[in-house]
Amino acid sequence: MTSKKAFRNDGYAKVTGRAAYADDYSFSGTLHMVPVYTDFIAAKNIEIDSSKAEAVPGCVKVITAKDVPGSTCFGQIEHDYPMLITDTVRSWGDVAALVVGETREIALSAADLVEIHGEAVKPVLTIEEALNPYARVIPSYGDSNIVVHHKMRHGNPEDQFSQCELILEEDFETQMIEQAYMEPETAVCLPRHDGVIEIYGSMQHPFSTRRFTAKLLGEPLSNIEIYTIAVGGGFGGKDDTAAIVCARAALGARLLNRPVKMRYTREWSIRESYKRHPYKLHYKVGVSSEGRILAVETEMYADSGAYLSVTPWVTWRSTAQCFGPYTIDHVHADVYGVATNNIFTGAMRGFGSPQVNFASEQIIDMIAQRLNMHPLGVRRINMVKQGSTTVTGQVLDKHTVSMEEVMNSTVHEIGYRKKYEKCSHGSGDSEELYGIGLAISYRGASLGAEGMDFCSCIINGQFDGSLLLETGIHENGQGSESVMMLVLAEELGVNLKRIRYRRSSTSVIPDSGTTVATRGTIMGSSSVVAAAENFKKLLSTHLADRLKCNPEEITFHNDKIWGKTFDLSLSWEEAMKELFLQRVTPYAFGTFQAPDVSWDDTVGQGNAYFTYVYSCQSAEVSVNRKTGKISLLNVVASHDIGKAINEAMVFGQIYGGVTQGIGMALMEEVKKEEGRITSLNFDTYKIPRMTDLPEMKGIIVENHDPQSLTGAKGIGEPALELIAPAIANAVYNATGIRCKSMPLHIDPEELK
Amino acid sequence: MSKSIKINNKIVLVENNELEMTLLHYLREKRFLRGVKNGCEKGLCGSCTIALDNRGIRSCRMKVEKAIGKEIITVEGMEYPDGSLHPIQQAFIDAGAVQCGFCTPGMIMSSYVLLLKNPNPGREEIRKALQGNLCRCTGYQQIVDAVEIAASKIREEGLSPLAGCLQS
Repeated sequence: MTSKKAFRNDGYAKVTGRAAYADDYSFSGTLHMVPVYTDFIAAKNIEIDSSKAEAVPGCVKVITAKDVPGSTCFGQIEHDYPMLITDTVRSWGDVAALVVGETREIALSAADLVEIHGEAVKPVLTIEEALNPYARVIPSYGDSNIVVHHKMRHGNPEDQFSQCELILEEDFETQMIEQAYMEPETAVCLPRHDGVIEIYGSMQHPFSTRRFTAKLLGEPLSNIEIYTIAVGGGFGGKDDTAAIVCARAALGARLLNRPVKMRYTREWSIRESYKRHPYKLHYKVGVSSEGRILAVETEMYADSGAYLSVTPWVTWRSTAQCFGPYTIDHVHADVYGVATNNIFTGAMRGFGSPQVNFASEQIIDMIAQRLNMHPLGVRRINMVKQGSTTVTGQVLDKHTVSMEEVMNSTVHEIGYRKKYEKCSHGSGDSEELYGIGLAISYRGASLGAEGMDFCSCIINGQFDGSLLLETGIHENGQGSESVMMLVLAEELGVNLKRIRYRRSSTSVIPDSGTTVATRGTIMGSSSVVAAAENFKKLLSTHLADRLKCNPEEITFHNDKIWGKTFDLSLSWEEAMKELFLQRVTPYAFGTFQAPDVSWDDTVGQGNAYFTYVYSCQSAEVSVNRKTGKISLLNVVASHDIGKAINEAMVFGQIYGGVTQGIGMALMEEVKKEEGRITSLNFDTYKIPRMTDLPEMKGIIVENHDPQSLTGAKGIGEPALELIAPAIANAVYNATGIRCKSMPLHIDPEELK
Repeated sequence: MSKSIKINNKIVLVENNELEMTLLHYLREKRFLRGVKNGCEKGLCGSCTIALDNRGIRSCRMKVEKAIGKEIITVEGMEYPDGSLHPIQQAFIDAGAVQCGFCTPGMIMSSYVLLLKNPNPGREEIRKALQGNLCRCTGYQQIVDAVEIAASKIREEGLSPLAGCLQS
């Protein structure tokens, strides 16, 4: 056991099979909807003949774009994603029609009979092809395949290179990754007698789902009510596509006035859902003889696929965090999102940083090797410290900058210094080559200058002393509800048993933004504190007479409400009753607004994020000389998350994030043939199994963050973003071979 | 002769038109045992794992016909009749082995089958026994912890490892 017992408000439901996910909901009279894909990758003049399908007994309707009362297209930034295509196919994931049947089997057999004709167009499948000035322009908007270009202009690197002792120019490449949540996308939609469509879906962002649905139906947001139910993982991947599955089922429910279920197979899920952006990265880095990084120039290209989704935000993070947690005076970055006819790319845990870190943290080790310095030394000289200025010109003086403390904690735990001396570097007689590697990162918590950042919380006291709690943060499996309950129990000094986390609905809790960007804990728990403050103030005002003291003298602890001298107290049962008798509702609302951030897009400078999470991960590997097989022996991961609220779940986030990063480093890749994805299930899309992993050690570093009302920051994404370069560095130290693309591959021929 | 399966210690008569269904769909749609999860339908993820005559089975890969006359335990059969938890279930909560929970029923059933055979498995043995169950949230470490904790509780307190529905 690595930690204290975990608290999960949904633990009992999830270990007994009671937890109901979207596919576990059914209503009488439910119809079943399935998608119809075209086999085109790119095509125009599409015509759909659904007459044969509609003639199948039990086939209720074949829905195409012409049936859509609202807009067929929507998106989080650009409204370019066709929830149903009209006449153009831009990727192999495009959906042409929705077949609704009395049973799923009927819908599936009718779907086979939908005929789609069109004129195939030569697809553009690589970034290079897409950048060719004569290439066909893929997006429906704009006039270029470059869909976004972020610039950073910090100092003037060009002038510095002549003074550098060492100049490295390196290219790196990262692959397309599937989020691979265990639960495929599913939605059940119920038309309600009052005209509202109720949605039970496997989405990670109810409010985004509501926007997609409202757009497709051409109805106001208030016509759609989305309930929080158990969600089987998201990792960034259950925003657009999961929302669109809900929207389509809602369209069916609206048109046919019956409940409609749409359950995705794993194959449909992988075919259609957006992926992690593959990147091509070029770096030119100038270093002084002492190992000080003087200048960086970088150019990165991210494959955005056929639709924009959140590419501008993903690539923005790659810009703001373009070269690790280092203070460098001269940095120019140009980060491009490029449209192709590949499946579109969007949010996945890490969001534009794992790709960058894979390059930059290997470059640091390359600098160390070329200058004959220690890798820790190069990091120490260049890393951000208290009061340092980042590459975006932000002064880090509003929280504890613990980069060195965090690095030291991993270094000591794993014994990096001694083990570093024992690395094989490709030589020795042993069949197994040994190496250790390490990487560090900082990660801007929450959205930063990417978007509006605030979160709301409602506390609703009941007559009998029980309390209902809800926030705008969504439970995707990470345990956010449990965190909010623990924070409220602490704030009100009450027994956890008093608190029930209410199953939220989009019609009750205000839109608090997406549960993404490592913002659940920092934003959600701060909103709980804000609401609890209001709640305590209200209670104090109305209980002061009963407790014979001034309102400000009242305290909340030991599951009671206390007067000044502690000789008078009220139980929560008494207190709530007292408020009701006074005709006062024991109800509080609180909002936490993220501290200000700033950004000047013309030069890529500003206070990008209001705080940062500092991380250091290290891995030990062995590489088999005969087969080239890379085996992980050990992983240590330290993270300054401000404060741990539910310790066992923090470790769960660390191990889970590291494991997804290990998948990226060693085995995962969405394979394609001519734009068609061929790795459509877990036989061909391999994710880490239990036996692929070593025992890991997570270390929580706690420097309470003064800008978070609980002191807590977050851990979701930091856990994933840096293990790949740590492993790549370990593999280099084992073999002497530098892997600049993922998944890492060692050709045994090179080890002879 | 009527065809039946014993599911969670209750004998269930099977209709002829159900014989060709996969156990996954039969258990979910006909028996409303929705804790049996559908993650891939190809026997690749382990979310639909059940115990069939004390062996771990991917219910998406077996027809109902093959289960006739046999005994099935699903995650719903693990708790005791009074709703209290089997040590494996409790250990999954305490160890922090549950996040999204979609793999959890399958993990619990694979753990159950393991502990019936081997009351004191080492961490490597646990990893081998559960390697067919995929989880994307946890990195598995706390799942291994959970199985270890459950095994030691069953041994040390002399508890029966049998599913709750089999104990009165």
